[in-house]
Amino acid sequence: MRTRLYSLDELDDIPGTKVFTAMRSRQAYHLHKFCMSLMEAANREAFREDERAYLDRFRMSPEQKQAVIDRDFNQLIELGGNIYFLVKLSNTDGWSTQKAVGSMTGMTPDEYAAMMRAGGRSIEGNRSIKGKN
Amino acid sequence: MARITAGIATSHVPAIGAAFDLGRTQEPYWKPVFDGYDWVKAFQQREEPDVVILCYNDHASAMMLDVVPTFALGCAEEFEPADEGWGKRPVPTVMGDPVLAAHLAEQLVIDEFDMTLMNHLDVDHGLTVPLSLMFGKVEQWPVRVIPLAVNVTQFPTPSAERCWQLGARIRDAVLSYPANLNVQIWGTGGMSHQLQGPRAGLINPEFDNAFLDKLVDRPDELRKLTRLEFLRESGSEGIELIMWLIMRGAMGYTVRELQRFYHVPASNTAVGHVVYRPLV
Repeated sequence: MRTRLYSLDELDDIPGTKVFTAMRSRQAYHLHKFCMSLMEAANREAFREDERAYLDRFRMSPEQKQAVIDRDFNQLIELGGNIYFLVKLSNTDGWSTQKAVGSMTGMTPDEYAAMMRAGGRSIEGNRSIKGKN
Repeated sequence: MARITAGIATSHVPAIGAAFDLGRTQEPYWKPVFDGYDWVKAFQQREEPDVVILCYNDHASAMMLDVVPTFALGCAEEFEPADEGWGKRPVPTVMGDPVLAAHLAEQLVIDEFDMTLMNHLDVDHGLTVPLSLMFGKVEQWPVRVIPLAVNVTQFPTPSAERCWQLGARIRDAVLSYPANLNVQIWGTGGMSHQLQGPRAGLINPEFDNAFLDKLVDRPDELRKLTRLEFLRESGSEGIELIMWLIMRGAMGYTVRELQRFYHVPASNTAVGHVVYRPLV
């Protein structure tokens, strides 16, 4: 047995955080293919015209499609997504990255922006679930 | 003989690029950020580097879907700005240096770094925002650029130590290049930030400032940081800071810090920027 600096289970101990692994990357492959398709203006047009029909071009799960329609970024991340792909969707919507990111925190865009101006979210209490620090 | 004459690090926040492109640099929110780069713009006018080896990460613009290279070197003559969903940034095409890139590719693989070589690569804000910060609004970029894309997104990323070692091998490779070139190496990304989930918005100035202190004269302490520590302390996207260690590893052990800047926030992110001169 190899000795490691920490157990990989520790990655699940960071509060409010999903670490993007090879398994998640595979789980979200078709979701991410959809996201990257939005890098072309013609595809952004087609998506805006009929979101559901456009999504049906991709082999995404029904849950992933619904989360796209709902713009539910926490759910998209739960289903394997990574923010760097997902911002292609929020960029298509004309959202700032801050608006997309803030939408996952349960705060309004104004509350989130105010928190950032005031120095951001503190690390205290946000390091470890089991360590409660 | 080619030489690495300076190492530069900076954050590469997309909103900085948007503020730059939309002419909002003098607005109260953005002015303190852009003021932090006045010094380096004057520095670059004096230095006139020929080539920049630019360590950055692709944000699901050209990689990460079908291929996930740990270290990828851009070997093309030119690199177009990517359309990240809002149209391409209105910045010049980035000109490469295929001859030096081929030399680096050869030397690095011989030195045990099995690079992925990119013969076509569109470059996103991770690469073009640092260029805008260092050179301002220009008709064409005054340097050739060799993109070095690092996987900092999909776990496991390369370790801090591995990044340092890559930097050291890049230094060897540059020194063995016969042409008389003024080469800079840049590390980009960071500092602390998290762009996902309920912990989004995390900023850790204590970690960031300790990182900036140690990067100057105690880099060995940073080489020991684990991926877990980066993720915990600097946020899931703060682990981009490993790219600063490629730059620092390419400096040799001793540097003089010429410039340091730290500011919170730019959008979701703590902005950090340093300029080093290698002293060997």
